[in-house]
Amino acid sequence: MIADFVSFYLMPGIVLGCIYALGAVGLTMLFGILRFAHFAHGDVMTVGAYVAFVGVGLGLSAYQSIPLAMLVCAVLVLAVDRAFYRPLRRASPIVLLISGFGVALMLRAAILFFFGPDGGVYEQGIRRPMVFPTEWGRFRIQERHLWIIGGAVLIALALHLFLTRTRLGKAMRAMSDNPDLARITGIPTERVIAITWAIGAATAATAGVFLAIDTQFNPLMGMNMLLPIFAAMILGGVGRPWGAVFGGVVLGIAEELVAAPIWGGEPLISPAYKVGLSFAVMVVLLIFRPTGLFKGQS
Amino acid sequence: MTLDSLALYLVSLATMGGIYAVLTLGLNIQWGMTGLMNAGVAGFVAIGAYTTAILTTGPSASHLGGLGWPVWAGILAAGGVSAVLALPIALVSMRLRSDYLAMATLGIAEILRLVVRNEDWMTGGPRGIAGLPKPFETLGTPVSQLAFLGLVLGMIAVLYWFAERAHRSPWGRVQRAIRENEVAAAAAGKNVEAFRLQSFVFGAFAMGLGGALLAHNIKFIGPEAVEPLIATFLVWVMLIAGGSGNNRGAILGAFAIWTLWAATEIMTAQLPPELGGRAAYVRIFLIGLALQLILLFRPQGLIGERPPKPLGQID
Repeated sequence: MIADFVSFYLMPGIVLGCIYALGAVGLTMLFGILRFAHFAHGDVMTVGAYVAFVGVGLGLSAYQSIPLAMLVCAVLVLAVDRAFYRPLRRASPIVLLISGFGVALMLRAAILFFFGPDGGVYEQGIRRPMVFPTEWGRFRIQERHLWIIGGAVLIALALHLFLTRTRLGKAMRAMSDNPDLARITGIPTERVIAITWAIGAATAATAGVFLAIDTQFNPLMGMNMLLPIFAAMILGGVGRPWGAVFGGVVLGIAEELVAAPIWGGEPLISPAYKVGLSFAVMVVLLIFRPTGLFKGQS
Repeated sequence: MTLDSLALYLVSLATMGGIYAVLTLGLNIQWGMTGLMNAGVAGFVAIGAYTTAILTTGPSASHLGGLGWPVWAGILAAGGVSAVLALPIALVSMRLRSDYLAMATLGIAEILRLVVRNEDWMTGGPRGIAGLPKPFETLGTPVSQLAFLGLVLGMIAVLYWFAERAHRSPWGRVQRAIRENEVAAAAAGKNVEAFRLQSFVFGAFAMGLGGALLAHNIKFIGPEAVEPLIATFLVWVMLIAGGSGNNRGAILGAFAIWTLWAATEIMTAQLPPELGGRAAYVRIFLIGLALQLILLFRPQGLIGERPPKPLGQID
């Protein structure tokens, strides 16, 4: 019983949570630096997943394709920033948000144009899970789940070290706390912005590849991730990277658990609505506690 | 293409453009006048469309209702239900800053879409509701189409009159004050939340009407009939292209962008079939690009906002 619960609900929940966390961490950093809700973030994830698909076509494994996906997404997003967002930086954040909305549709249309609407998987066939017989029952763990969790933890640690130990990382946090003060102390704001975009794109690309490894890729995957990662960002307090990680993991686990038949044999809510959980959490948080569980920017 | 079918095509083009103009006018009340960023336009369109579908179709076991109401009652009820449902949404979300409001409204619209897809007893689920009556249909070709276009244009005229009246009134002045500087408006003793709520509900009413017209025009409504992101996005592009804050701009933008959208459809229909299937994506891409170019080079739109003439000089 407990083994089934862990194998079929808790583990997939943690994995989904890691993917949400990777998406939300970039979103929250971008919000911290640019005061801008990047509506195209989900579609950057989609682009990452499709770049890895191309990588797989070239003979790489999906995991080996991640650096490629990171690089392509970073370059793409920097180009988008240069062409569309940067000229609008002095305009109101809402104009940027609308612009991001447009970029999201453009990215999605480009993916649809080149790869069609169907999507697919990196590797055909079913991988058998690893089985761990214990006194509590047989735990069945997918190998890919361990890779995804490990990868997410690694990226989170690297990001933490970057933000706390390097000059640029500290500059980034300073700018997030107080942009005007950061500017007059001589922090190269445009460079910090560029690095933030690169990090945001790289983490989003990784999240996209992980999601495609775990399930499959399709042109709508990123758009479907957008609201959950917004929810994760808000849950953890906007502008706080660790908060976003926490929010992502909590939402991922919650989404699987509410659909688990542990509440007297019946799922808490119908599985058809489980994706709605994040939306509901987001709306409720926005209304009652817009600064998140840990006080973030308002 | 014969001249007759060309004329019919133009009528249907104008009808769809007009329906979008109703939606754009609604968004202009919310965004153009008060600065409320509603990213869930498609949600209110769906509420309107399903309301009239449930009220005006004949009895059916596959969805709720089938009350056989007359079309005019269905359309009015669609606006009413949309406004009524906008009220609680507005009550809880009007305090939010605009980007958070965008996320909240998008989230609410997505939840609505889940409900529509899963609650088969009410909405027919993925199969949707077919067989909506189209008004004037008994009059036969050209007259019925022209009459429906007349209905849409009449709706635009009424909404335009109200929106313009609101724009010029002290009420509209307060809305603009809130848009420009919320704190100053509050300091001047205006109840900011109440004004924003009224604007949101007013806009939602128009969107509900637009959704109902859309459903009657194609005689069908299903979860995929209104692709949420594209419907919301198209309305936004129309408003920004036309000139947000200007009611004439909103109407002009709707017709202009819909004509462009339809023109790209004609162009892509000429492509060889292996490309033709993908051409739809090029259209979406081009609309996105058009939005970027407008934001960069003509952010005020085709006709930007103008200070209103005072009441009494209304023409």
